[in-house]
Amino acid sequence: MRLTADGLAARRGEDLIFKDVSFALETGESLVLTGRNGSGKSTLLRVVAGLLRPESGRVEWHSESAESGMRAAEACHYLGHRNAMKAELSVTENLAFWKDFFGDVKGGHSLPVHEAAELVGLGSIVHLPFGYLSAGQQRRMAFAKLLVAYRPVWILDEPTAALDVNAEGVFTTLIKAHLAKGGILLAATHQPLGLDNGKELRMTGFSGIMGERW
Amino acid sequence: MVTALLFRDLKLSVRAGGGAMIGVLFFMTVVAVIPFGVGPDLNLLSRIGPAIVWIGALLSALLGLDRLFQTDREDGSLDLLLMQEHPLVLTVLIKCLAHWLGNGLPLVIASPLLGLFMNMNETAIGATMLTLLIGTPALTFIGAVGAAVAVALPRGGLLVSILVLPLAIPVLIFGVSASYAAVEDPAPFMPPFLILVAITMFFAVLGPLGAALALRNAND
Repeated sequence: MRLTADGLAARRGEDLIFKDVSFALETGESLVLTGRNGSGKSTLLRVVAGLLRPESGRVEWHSESAESGMRAAEACHYLGHRNAMKAELSVTENLAFWKDFFGDVKGGHSLPVHEAAELVGLGSIVHLPFGYLSAGQQRRMAFAKLLVAYRPVWILDEPTAALDVNAEGVFTTLIKAHLAKGGILLAATHQPLGLDNGKELRMTGFSGIMGERW
Repeated sequence: MVTALLFRDLKLSVRAGGGAMIGVLFFMTVVAVIPFGVGPDLNLLSRIGPAIVWIGALLSALLGLDRLFQTDREDGSLDLLLMQEHPLVLTVLIKCLAHWLGNGLPLVIASPLLGLFMNMNETAIGATMLTLLIGTPALTFIGAVGAAVAVALPRGGLLVSILVLPLAIPVLIFGVSASYAAVEDPAPFMPPFLILVAITMFFAVLGPLGAALALRNAND
C-alpha cells in the first residue's frame, strides 16, 4: 500500500498557502505535519482527503486490493476539527450509523461498536446522547469512529485537542496499533504524538511559501 | 449502507431540533388563519380552499429546506459523506427522500384536516391530498439544489427559499389546477396531474445531480 502526493499546491484566497509538497508513505509509515497556526496544515490534510481541490499536483493511492480508479479519499479516514457526530443521537446510534455507512475497505477488518467504545475508554456511556458528553469525551468517541470501519489511511487534524494526558496515551496506543497492522497515518498536531521513527513535514505558510521537502 | 443514512436522517427529523413538527405547525398556522381573515363565507372558502392548502404546503416545505445539508456541514458529517465511494448523487437522493419523509409527508397527512377548515368537499380534499403527495417530493428535490448552493452561507435560509421559489412555481400551478379540475366539471383532471408527475420525476433526476455538483464545489 502506498499513498503518494506529488507537487501539491493549494490556494487560500488569492495566495498560494503551500506549493510543491510531495511525499510518499508506505505501509506502516506515518507523517506528522507541524508548523504554527495558519501555516496550511489543515489545508494540506483536506487536499489529501479530497475535500479541497489542489491548485496543482495529485494525490494517489496504490494498493493490491484496490480497484482501479479508486480515489485516494476512499481509502482514508478523516478526523477534522469537528467530530461529525450528531448531538441528538446516542453514541451507539452515531457509531453504528458510521459503521454501516462507511463499510470496510478491502484488506482489513473493523471492530464492533461497543468494542471500539471500550478501546477509547468510554464503554459505559454509549447509551447517552452524544450532545451530553464533555468535549474530551466527544473527541474520544469521534476517534472510536476510526475503529468501527477499516480504512488503511488515517488523516487526523489535531486529534489530541481537548484531551487529558490519559486519553493522549490511549490515542497513541491506538495509532501505533494501526501502524503496526500496516496502516498509514497523516496527522497535523502541536503536541508530539509519541511515535517512533515518524516522518515530519514542517509547514511554513504564506511567509515561506516553500513547503519544504523532507 | 444507504438505508443507514435514510434511518439516521429520519431519526434526526423527529428528535428534538428536527424540523418535522415545525413544518406541520407552520402549515396549520397559515391555513387556519385564512378563514378568520376571509370571513365566514363558506362558498368562497371552499372555492379558494385547494389553492390555500397548496400555498400553505409550499411555504412550509420551503421552511425546512435550508437544514437539508447545513446541519451535516456544521458538525463535519458532510465532509465524510463526500469522501465515500457511494456516488454522491445517491447520497443526496437518499437525504432528499429522508427529508421528504420527515418534512413533506406530514404535510400531506395534515392536509385533509386543513381541508375541513376550508369547507372543501371530499373530492376536493382527496384531490388536494393526492396532488400534494405527488407534488411535494418535487419541492424537496428542487430545494436540495438551493440548499446545496447555500450550504456554506451562514443564515442561508431565506436565500434558499428565494432561489428555489421560481422553480417551485410550476409545481404549485399544476398542483392547484389538478386539484380544481377534480371538482370543477369541464376541466379534465389527468393532463395537469400527469404534468405534475412529470415535473416530480424530472426533478428527482435533476435535483440530486445539481445538488451533488454544488456540494462538490462548495468546499473550495
